[in-house]
Amino acid sequence: MTKKKLVVIGNGMAPGRALEKLLDTAPDAYEVTIFNAEPRVNYDRIMLSPLLSGEKTFDQIVIHGDGWYVKHGVTLHKGATVTAIDREARTVTTARGITQPYDKLIIATGSLPIIIPVPGHKLAGVLSYRDLDDVEAMLLAAKSRGHAVVIGGGLLGLEAAAGLKEQGMDVTVIHLAPTLLERQLDTTAGHLLQRAVEDRGIRVITKANTKAILGEKKVEAVLLEDGTRLPADLVVMAVGIKPNAQVAKDAGLEVNRGIVVDAGMRTSDQDIYAIGECAEVAGQVFGLVAPLYEMAGVLAARLAGDTVAAFKPSAVATKLKVTGINLFSAGDFAESPDRQEIVLRDASRGIYKRLVLKDDAIIGAVLYGDTSDSAWFFDLLKKRSDISPMRETLIFGPSFAGGSPLDPTAAVAALPDEAEICGCNGVCKGKITGAIASMGLKSLDDVRARTKASASCGSCTGLVEQLLKTALGDAYNPAAVQPMCACTHLGHDDVRRLIVAKQLKSIPALMQALEWNTSCGCAKCRPALNYYLLSTWPGEYVDDSQSRFINERVHANIQRDGTYSVVPRMWGGMTSAKELRAIADVVEKFKIPSVKCTGGQRIDMLGVRKEDLPAVWADLNAAGMISGAAYAKGLRTVKTCVGTDWCRFGTQDSTGLGIKLEKYLWGSWTPAKLKLAVSGCPRNCAEATCKDIGVICVDSGYDIHFAGAAGLDIKGTEVLGHVETEAEAIEVIAALTQLYREQGRYLERIYKWAKRVGLDTIRQQIMNDVERRRSLHERFAYSQKFSQIDPWAERAAGKDRHEFAPMADFTRKEAAE
Amino acid sequence: MSTHEQRWIDIGCIEDIPVRGARVVRTPAGCIAVFRTAEDEAFAIDDACPHKAGPLSQGIVHGKSVTCPLHNWVISLENGDAQGADEGSVASYPLKIEGGRLLLDLRRAQDRSAA
Repeated sequence: MTKKKLVVIGNGMAPGRALEKLLDTAPDAYEVTIFNAEPRVNYDRIMLSPLLSGEKTFDQIVIHGDGWYVKHGVTLHKGATVTAIDREARTVTTARGITQPYDKLIIATGSLPIIIPVPGHKLAGVLSYRDLDDVEAMLLAAKSRGHAVVIGGGLLGLEAAAGLKEQGMDVTVIHLAPTLLERQLDTTAGHLLQRAVEDRGIRVITKANTKAILGEKKVEAVLLEDGTRLPADLVVMAVGIKPNAQVAKDAGLEVNRGIVVDAGMRTSDQDIYAIGECAEVAGQVFGLVAPLYEMAGVLAARLAGDTVAAFKPSAVATKLKVTGINLFSAGDFAESPDRQEIVLRDASRGIYKRLVLKDDAIIGAVLYGDTSDSAWFFDLLKKRSDISPMRETLIFGPSFAGGSPLDPTAAVAALPDEAEICGCNGVCKGKITGAIASMGLKSLDDVRARTKASASCGSCTGLVEQLLKTALGDAYNPAAVQPMCACTHLGHDDVRRLIVAKQLKSIPALMQALEWNTSCGCAKCRPALNYYLLSTWPGEYVDDSQSRFINERVHANIQRDGTYSVVPRMWGGMTSAKELRAIADVVEKFKIPSVKCTGGQRIDMLGVRKEDLPAVWADLNAAGMISGAAYAKGLRTVKTCVGTDWCRFGTQDSTGLGIKLEKYLWGSWTPAKLKLAVSGCPRNCAEATCKDIGVICVDSGYDIHFAGAAGLDIKGTEVLGHVETEAEAIEVIAALTQLYREQGRYLERIYKWAKRVGLDTIRQQIMNDVERRRSLHERFAYSQKFSQIDPWAERAAGKDRHEFAPMADFTRKEAAE
Repeated sequence: MSTHEQRWIDIGCIEDIPVRGARVVRTPAGCIAVFRTAEDEAFAIDDACPHKAGPLSQGIVHGKSVTCPLHNWVISLENGDAQGADEGSVASYPLKIEGGRLLLDLRRAQDRSAA
């Protein structure tokens, strides 16, 4: 059977969902080709706000990665805008001239932002808020820390404002109506919301009409009708959207506000369908994800042969995705004589709840401050349940209505199976609990993958977790991400990302912003945070020595008896009579009990008393030696063989390269210790193939290895790549070290980091992407400017003297008495 | 007898100790670790972990606790007790701050060395 050709214009959430369902029910019916005007895969547009605020990364909001298209044999043209549909020939043509025939066509072109045509609306710096490009432009603009004006105090406008504020901008929201979110909220809730927004340092001006956007080449200010002039480096227009129906209109399809379709999603041409924000059903257009996903379901069913599936828009609920502001609204809450309302206010706790009733059923609900009962109210609303038996306690939620205790799990457990948990994807409780039981789901990610519940905006995550908890009891471990330590619920990667996103530059600022639950951390998180801040803000962050382990604080290794060991650097394992003589003198002068050769080709002096350390270092410094950092989560040694200098098999100057590497890398701090080796030929006398980074010299150049281990774990290295010159080898190794510095979790050795992020992604970034390698190398070189200071010389000169001397000594005094 | 009266000895001023850090006071009965917390409180306990006698003065100070540098036992600065699942205790000593000076009562240490 030959497959029919199905062509999709647009790659947003609605067609993505439709294809998912279609490929599920009729995997072999169509050969699918997608034209996406955006140069990327399908991602979760609802999550643009968390992306803007820095709470998520793009990878976290991708719905279908490149692999999905390959797996399902779907052809995706990225950055391809369809400009014409030829209904006679049944083909579509893109701006770049690709023509593709279809048997069935889906138009899912979404919507366009409404741009108010005030003077200046085309200036550089005036943005809309619809896609990833907008977010990236905003993040770029936010780097200036300047003024942002958001026009429109609706859901998107407020989310954009909160995100820009998080990025450090000075933000003003101007809104035409007297209260915010006037279509979703009543006046009281609108005022409460305004206060909460203002408490975040965002200025709100209501009843404000934009007269013009001012500026020469780029935006400089926004002028209001009343003459107010607001300085602006960035203007975001978030006043609404309109269906993007142009291509359908040009093709002669029936278009009203949107592309007119029947309940089966079919346009006026029987082979062409439209879904999503561009479609108009029974005179209505839709912008929230839940009805769009319903359209997707109907379309998938129709394409798979179902002849009766029909779209019936149901009530939709809205939530604001601004962290810390809980807001829920659903249904109709305009006042009218045939309606009654029940209102609960608790001003001190900032709680406001309002239910609008008609004929003993809930037809509208607004919850502000405490939205934990929203699923229950929404269920009653959608089912038009008769609430008269529980009317007196209705506003207090299901806990009172059912007389059950105020336990959040109990409240969710009490919900009927048909109660909707995930509004975005229309998933009810029964479907989730059923999937948990029948498929043995154990985690939130499992539930998201199997049922889609909480997989879009994520605001029902708490409810889904409670269902998991009810079903699995103690077997459910909600901490999918291992927290750094007991002081926080955040994992290492989240903390690293938030340090950058929120520009956190000190440990106290970080603990405040990320809501640490201890006053000053613990011995687990503080050294990690100190490293993350130091590696993220070189030259800016002031090292906190009290957050370092004793070895890094006193630049020596503590031994079991409380004495220390001292290891000076021997570059590439090379030494001289002068250095050896100085070491011998120091050993005798300070009566150091043990001297040993280490595995890293240098000499360890063990049993040094702490108070002798600065004097020991001064003598070693005098002979030209510096700290070997044998105590550091940083560069340790670069082991070498003698290479072409002496060895009859040597192919390159391995000793010379080792010395160059050590002189370049010394002083750098890394997530865990970093040991290198350079072998002059594949006989590998320097044992480079079990090091964190190793080089094997060959006739044609240098094989660079990494991710070996010879400690708790034994593991041979992986090949990173081959380079021809010594300079390239040094650049590759510095770039690799920097990538590890930026991505490694504290105390995670290179081999564990590489296993976690994947060897291929590392090779790709270091060996194939020359730009990326260069920028990593530049960041490494910059950071080294601040790190190559010998800590021994500083301390021999008097720094941190308090570390090495007792505060008071009563032993002698007592002896004299 | 002298054990019934306090014998305050001036050991230095609070600024001699880094915030969230410690210094050592040597006595005939062994070393005492004197700690300064983030809130500028000061505490004195024996400088030997109940586990393997690790020098607590070299540990990381957090809240009113210190983590031993040798094997990560967490010791309360207020009473010298091991925290969490570990069991054990080190001696603590009366310490007061007067006009920025630290006054330590070494009586207990002296009793012990006499015994």
